[in-house]
Amino acid sequence: MSTARTSARQLGVALRAVAVLTLALGLVYPLVVTGIGQTVVRDQANGSPVAVDGTTVGSELIGQSFTDENAAAMPQWFQSRPSAAGDGYDGGASSGSNLGPTNPELAALIEERRTAVAELEGVDPDEVPADALTASSSGLDPHISPEYALLQADRVAAERGLDAGDVRALVEAAVEDRTAGVLGESRVNVLKLNIALSELDT
Amino acid sequence: MGVWPAVASFLLVALLLAALHRPLGDYMARFYTSSKNLAVERGFYRLIGVDAASRQSWQSYLRSVLAFSAVGMLFLYALQRTQHLLPGSLGLPPVPEGLAFNTAASFVANTNWQSYSPEVTMGYAVQLTGLAVQNFLSAAVGLAVAVALVRAFASRKEDTIGNFWTDMTRSVLRLLLPGAFLGALVLLIGGVIQNFSGFTEVSTLSGGTQSIPGGPVASQEAIKLLGTNGGGFFNANSSHPFENPSAWTNLVQMVLMLAIPFSLPRTFGTMMGDRKQGYAILAAMAGIFTVSAAAMTALEFSAATGEAGSMEGKEQRFGIAASTLFATTSTATSTGAVNSMHDSFSPLGGMMAMLNMMLGEVAPGGVGSGLYGMLILALVTSFIAGLLVGRTPEYLGKKIGPREIKLASLYLLTMPTVVLAGTALSFAVPGIRADVQDTSILNPGLHGFSEVLYAFTSAANNNGSAFAGLTANTPWLNTALGLAMLLGRFLPMLFVLALAGSLAAQDRVPVSAGTLPTHRPQAVVMLCGVTVIVTALTFFPVLALGPLAEGLL
Repeated sequence: MSTARTSARQLGVALRAVAVLTLALGLVYPLVVTGIGQTVVRDQANGSPVAVDGTTVGSELIGQSFTDENAAAMPQWFQSRPSAAGDGYDGGASSGSNLGPTNPELAALIEERRTAVAELEGVDPDEVPADALTASSSGLDPHISPEYALLQADRVAAERGLDAGDVRALVEAAVEDRTAGVLGESRVNVLKLNIALSELDT
Repeated sequence: MGVWPAVASFLLVALLLAALHRPLGDYMARFYTSSKNLAVERGFYRLIGVDAASRQSWQSYLRSVLAFSAVGMLFLYALQRTQHLLPGSLGLPPVPEGLAFNTAASFVANTNWQSYSPEVTMGYAVQLTGLAVQNFLSAAVGLAVAVALVRAFASRKEDTIGNFWTDMTRSVLRLLLPGAFLGALVLLIGGVIQNFSGFTEVSTLSGGTQSIPGGPVASQEAIKLLGTNGGGFFNANSSHPFENPSAWTNLVQMVLMLAIPFSLPRTFGTMMGDRKQGYAILAAMAGIFTVSAAAMTALEFSAATGEAGSMEGKEQRFGIAASTLFATTSTATSTGAVNSMHDSFSPLGGMMAMLNMMLGEVAPGGVGSGLYGMLILALVTSFIAGLLVGRTPEYLGKKIGPREIKLASLYLLTMPTVVLAGTALSFAVPGIRADVQDTSILNPGLHGFSEVLYAFTSAANNNGSAFAGLTANTPWLNTALGLAMLLGRFLPMLFVLALAGSLAAQDRVPVSAGTLPTHRPQAVVMLCGVTVIVTALTFFPVLALGPLAEGLL
């Protein structure tokens, strides 16, 4: 058989193979996984939604911003990290800032955030933790560090006229340790903490 | 933060892989050498018109690889261009020509470089039936070529190296599909989503609105990692909470990426009938991987004493250690998934990600490609060792003659040539340089140069990760990176298959007192040395212009 003819034959085989495999791997496989997901782990498959009084207010996994229309922090809520997703926590535009380590723009942003957080919390600029100064990788980080959460407790308590000790206890109860003691970092889920806060406030 | 959780996480990954590599490696050796076909496979072969019992010369095997990949690429291109006509496309327009070419090349070449932001570019139709399908198929092609090379080492005076169609089909049906299915179920339990809801608007707790994305993510996420593909369903890839919700799913993701690459040396040893040879390869891979992971982690931790604590572009649930271990895993395999933004790493930490790729992704490398890359280096190492002591160079009983060493050299020269030529052209041609500097580069100064170097390194090595500040959706980068991915994938495959052809045709020289052992620690150290020195000599000058200068100034 000539090379041209075998090549043509190979292309025919390839065409049929891609067609059949596309049906199997591109339709049957994901639909079976969807079927299992939607019956066995429905909650997770649909994005781990969180509801307050029966109304969905977001996802346990997706961070949200607690800022007003001018992007200023709303002092009665625990604040999330800075976000580079759209105008902040835009679920349709996940992204980090991608600012490089030696980029002066990043250094300026960090200083700006340090001043703003220190002023809001009434603390020394050196006390502001790293996660409060930096945008996350996804722009949808649902967590802050326990240090940043505790830093905010007194301000939140004062704004709401709550006992500072009660709010601090709320934060401490919300701290999740490293998984199995070694994986990842300890953290606080901001949305869940704020829901617990609003329950405490009523 | 702390050193010991980082070490413990690393050991946990190592332990899981140690437990996994024997059953998985032996299983692969069994099914790649089996003469039996499953009923579903027999039906498939009849349908596509293949005689499963026939064997192919290396030229015919190569033609099958190219035909299968060319058809896959054309199909993926057409799918993107007709997206607006397909159901489940979320109202997105057709993907523009240049971007569609780049993406088709990218997914067929097992790279998964993404010049686009998925949320606003790719609907469910393209993600499911195009991108996710190539995640399986491109991985299967890599595995097939690796198995063909191993078979050639093991055979005597054969003019064939196997059957591409059965190697590919078995890779999909007996390994990747069941593995991805299991992986998808585990990720589902961990919170990775799997639905077709599109974007849902919710009123947030503080009275704002937020758009929550949906999508068939778990099924795609599993094969993205298992096939060392790396293309994210979302722009933020494995840092998106819907792709990688927690520290333990992050562990699962790393194991999925490393499972096949670290098991293939066992498959190789088993198929050779000499497991020690497999373990020598495994030792070299694991040694380089360990040093690299430790170096990147140490560099990021030491940068964390700076004012932003190394947390720019990192998620709180992962912190530094789980980010650097993931980044090493992703760039040392050919995955390119990211759970943190490499562009925001410290200069030297980011350089480690580049170095992992510049090593040719052999420690442990992509599925299939890592093994054949390391076997080429082992061949060159034996050649050098043989010459040093004045013996006829041979490896695994095959004489390394002029033809073999020429093919191995061509293999090793391809990737650096593509990386360095692509980077150089981006800055040397005035019109292109202006476009790259004004449109593409995000960060000023040396770091901007690193963004372009990273892009070509990632493309030519079929990795797919990026210093993602770079805007790559431009005519120059879409075209140049698209070509780099195709050349970086299929030229090396050509040389590997040609080498397989000439190795298969040889008899196996019996082991004698004059044979240099290739399974002892000395051989492993020498293999690591050759791997590192070849890379260092090639890339030191260009690294000095970018990350080294940025980190040391």
